[in-house]
Amino acid sequence: MDPDLALLLNGIVSGLLLGGLYAAAAAGLSISFGMLDVVNIAHPAFMVLGALLVALLWGATGIDPLILSVLLTPAFWALGAAIYVVYHHFFERRGDEAIQGLAFFFGVMFIIEVGLVLAIGPEQHFADAAYAGITWRLGEIDLPLRMLVPALVAFAAIGGLALFLRRSFTGRAIAAVAQDREALRLLAIDPVRIKRLAFGISIAMAALAGGALVVVQPVDAWSGHVFIGRVFAVVIMGGLSSLGGCVLAALAFGVVENVTASFYGPSWSPAVAFGCLLLVLAIRPQGFFGRVA
Amino acid sequence: MSDTTIPAMPTLPAPRRTGHPAFWLASAAVALVSILALRGIGSEYAYFAATFILQYVVLATAWNILGGYAGYVNFGAAAFFAAGAYTTVAIGKALGLSLLPCIGFAALVGGVLGLGTGILTLRLRGAYFAIATLCLSVVLQTIVVNWDYVGGSRGAYVIRPREVPWPFESYSGYLCAVMVVLAAAAVAIARSIEKSRLGLGLAALRDDEAAAEAAGVPTLRLKLIATTISGAMMAVAGAPLPLLGSYVEPNSAFGLSYAVNAIAMPLIGGTGSWAGPLIGAVLLASLQQAATVTISSAANLMIVGVVLVVFVCAAPHGIIGLFRRQK
Amino acid sequence: MEGLSRRGLGRAALAAAITVPATVPATARAQTAPSGPPIRIGYSMSLSGGLAGNGRPALIAHRIWQEDVNAKGGLLGRPVELVHYDDQSTGAQVPGIYTKLIDVDKVDLVISGYATAIIAPAMPIVMQRNMTFVSLFGTGANNDFKYDRYFSINPAGSKVKETFAKGFIDLAMAMEPRPRSIALVNLDSDFHQRTAESARYLAREAGLRIVYDRAYPPSTVDFSPIIRAVQAARPDVVFVGSYPPDTAGLLRAASELRVNFQMFGGPMIGPHITAQKLQLGPILNNLVVWDVYAPEPTLQFPGTQALIEKYQPVAAREGTDALGHYVPPLAYAQMQVLEQAVKRVGRIDQAALAADMHASTFETVIGPLKFDALGEWTEERNLYTQYQGVQGNGIDQFRKAGTQVILYPQRYKSGDLRKPYTAGA
Repeated sequence: MDPDLALLLNGIVSGLLLGGLYAAAAAGLSISFGMLDVVNIAHPAFMVLGALLVALLWGATGIDPLILSVLLTPAFWALGAAIYVVYHHFFERRGDEAIQGLAFFFGVMFIIEVGLVLAIGPEQHFADAAYAGITWRLGEIDLPLRMLVPALVAFAAIGGLALFLRRSFTGRAIAAVAQDREALRLLAIDPVRIKRLAFGISIAMAALAGGALVVVQPVDAWSGHVFIGRVFAVVIMGGLSSLGGCVLAALAFGVVENVTASFYGPSWSPAVAFGCLLLVLAIRPQGFFGRVA
Repeated sequence: MSDTTIPAMPTLPAPRRTGHPAFWLASAAVALVSILALRGIGSEYAYFAATFILQYVVLATAWNILGGYAGYVNFGAAAFFAAGAYTTVAIGKALGLSLLPCIGFAALVGGVLGLGTGILTLRLRGAYFAIATLCLSVVLQTIVVNWDYVGGSRGAYVIRPREVPWPFESYSGYLCAVMVVLAAAAVAIARSIEKSRLGLGLAALRDDEAAAEAAGVPTLRLKLIATTISGAMMAVAGAPLPLLGSYVEPNSAFGLSYAVNAIAMPLIGGTGSWAGPLIGAVLLASLQQAATVTISSAANLMIVGVVLVVFVCAAPHGIIGLFRRQK
Repeated sequence: MEGLSRRGLGRAALAAAITVPATVPATARAQTAPSGPPIRIGYSMSLSGGLAGNGRPALIAHRIWQEDVNAKGGLLGRPVELVHYDDQSTGAQVPGIYTKLIDVDKVDLVISGYATAIIAPAMPIVMQRNMTFVSLFGTGANNDFKYDRYFSINPAGSKVKETFAKGFIDLAMAMEPRPRSIALVNLDSDFHQRTAESARYLAREAGLRIVYDRAYPPSTVDFSPIIRAVQAARPDVVFVGSYPPDTAGLLRAASELRVNFQMFGGPMIGPHITAQKLQLGPILNNLVVWDVYAPEPTLQFPGTQALIEKYQPVAAREGTDALGHYVPPLAYAQMQVLEQAVKRVGRIDQAALAADMHASTFETVIGPLKFDALGEWTEERNLYTQYQGVQGNGIDQFRKAGTQVILYPQRYKSGDLRKPYTAGA
């Protein structure tokens, strides 16, 4: 194969795998930000919290990190539900969510990060999956399981979530709350209960993403910062409330970053990726901007 | 010193109520008294602590013009702040100018940057605007990191001039006095805007942009004016930074703490009035400075987060709001 | 006690002169119990934020030095007290901390915290007060200030461009067959721009063709495109400058892409931290890494082993870097320089201390040191080491000699280069 072609193909494939990680990180946000209008800027911090808990548990038990992150999801669901209760009580009920709510989550992000430093120190933590050293090869294309397995788990979780939102009654109620809160009331469904449930799910997804993250790279308390811009970019480019769009945007983001890094040098890849987002924001028709508070 | 404040006045809309000249005079007087008081203490540490706090007064006041009056949350305060700092580095290196002209250039750069942001995000509201400013911050940092003239990722050294402007005995004292004047001017500008037609228009924008537009408020123009003024003032806040530390590098100039504080301070003080960011900045910045040299562990970062969360939950209209309610 | 030290340096010295004779009759007791007002050493240290991973171990080393000195009767017969504040790894906090230390706390001596980003903002304050300043791990921090009372504890020396990568390039050029091409990868940061500059310069001198030369940004998540682009350029040797999170990413990617280079490494800061040694395990085999210390028999100086032995239990208790092979010996040496100068001068006199530091040779736990006019080491000591025979992920293999052998410089050499680097495959 032509070396440049192989480089391009591998750039695309590794970009898709990286996109899997971004999709895992962004899926939860697509629910909270996209569907519930809760601008949870602390989402990556929750992901890091999940990742560090997984790393600690892995150190104690040696169970596979991704399985550990699945085991953590109920606890994170409860945490998310509790945070939503606070958020609703203080902001949504008052109609103050725009600025005050943003600031609330900014504060939560700070508390999580500093709390982690105080509790387990500023060092990096890691968890090794048994398959992390294995790479599958298809011709000249490499598929490192360290990237592939988390991506597949993320896709499976997102697929399951999409199915849940489309098929189950509760799931459809979540999708409905994004569109018309009053209509739900007419059906005698409490929109607050539905949103609490959905926000819990979004934080549970953050735990899963944390498991994926710690398989891919060592994690410290600040690892979330790199992801803040990226996950919001992915959710907005994906068209907010659609999980499918979110996955596609995450893959596109990963591919743009890695192909830029392969051919033009890695120092420009963040600017290219975020330049894309600025363009999307500037020229994209109002369609998906109109709804935001 | 006070000449920096005078040219800013004519550009402001004509006062609708009496009291603007009086307020400007009062801020000039407060500035003068503060400078004299700091000279009286005469400790280099007092100068430094005051400069540190006042830089946040300027930053928070500037953020509040867009964020508080018009309701547009800017997550990219650090980008504007850093733009100011790097203007000082670049202009100082290219033209060899001293601090005061650099501050003027920083205002220009920040204003242009603010205008550009405004144009680019013309139709974005709420969280989209916030995220667009976050992206702007990333793009700007990437540019600075790749720009070798101002040191790139190595950072740039800016050595303080040997001779200290009369009548100051140390450069820190001079920097501190400059900062006092900038802060007084920033607060006076904010109050002038608040009490003018511009302020009313921005408030209409914040409360219901569509209704304001229907009622004939030129929303786009107002928004552009607000982003420009706010951007210029944030850059001014950052302009003295290189001389304060003699060294700037992208990671600290674009530091998250500037973005967090620029948002947290007005919210804690109260976003509706000029006094809010002032109170919030003085309170939070003093607390942080005091914590740095007393508790001195990761715990003092915790203070910002906890104070912010407690305030937005318990006092949604800030400290000002607490007092208003009691009346 | 505080009242005394507040009267300024001259009076503090006078006070010391008064109190010291009082203890002289009981010399034996003075050996164990220092008395009088303490000598206060002030500095800023990163205990939170990005630099804390090395800041905390440095602080432990400082505390060990403090205990050691006080157990031996203190400095000038007075006990030593450390006054330090957390700068949160933010340079903007540093000027405030040093003005507070000097003006309010009235410390007698100042030293620096860890890394250039923390050292540089302290310089104008320290220079204004004409204080002698011993710094830790700054690269070229004094190049612009040219302060004659600045002394740097950094093995890279003053001629970074000419000497930093010399060991690496020399080792490469001594291989059979001689390499013809090199790839350069570096993190876009102050230190790594300088290291890459050195490698670029020396590679050209040696006649190596540079087939890849790129920097990557700190926010990089996936490193496989970089390694793949390097592979596509087909270099014989690869010189990489990176910091811990990226080093793990780069080496993982290298192992997944089954690299095969005659020589691979450079200032890849990463395995210097114990947690990363353990995680990477066999992937480290044959990696050539720039380092400042390795537990090899050729690199033992008086006190080195004692320091490591005191450090490790404290680190285990406080949950910081377990082995302490990277920053702690240098941080301890930073204090030793100060200690020896103060002892020779016999009083706290900043000008005399600086003069002594310029004139003398210091015996430290990292070997003898001497400073040049700008305060850098007259003789650089960039070690190039190679991990050999790493098996599994246990910690004990890294405690003993032979796992991280020293290849360069010749005077500390403890093993021979093994090639190629295949990332553990």
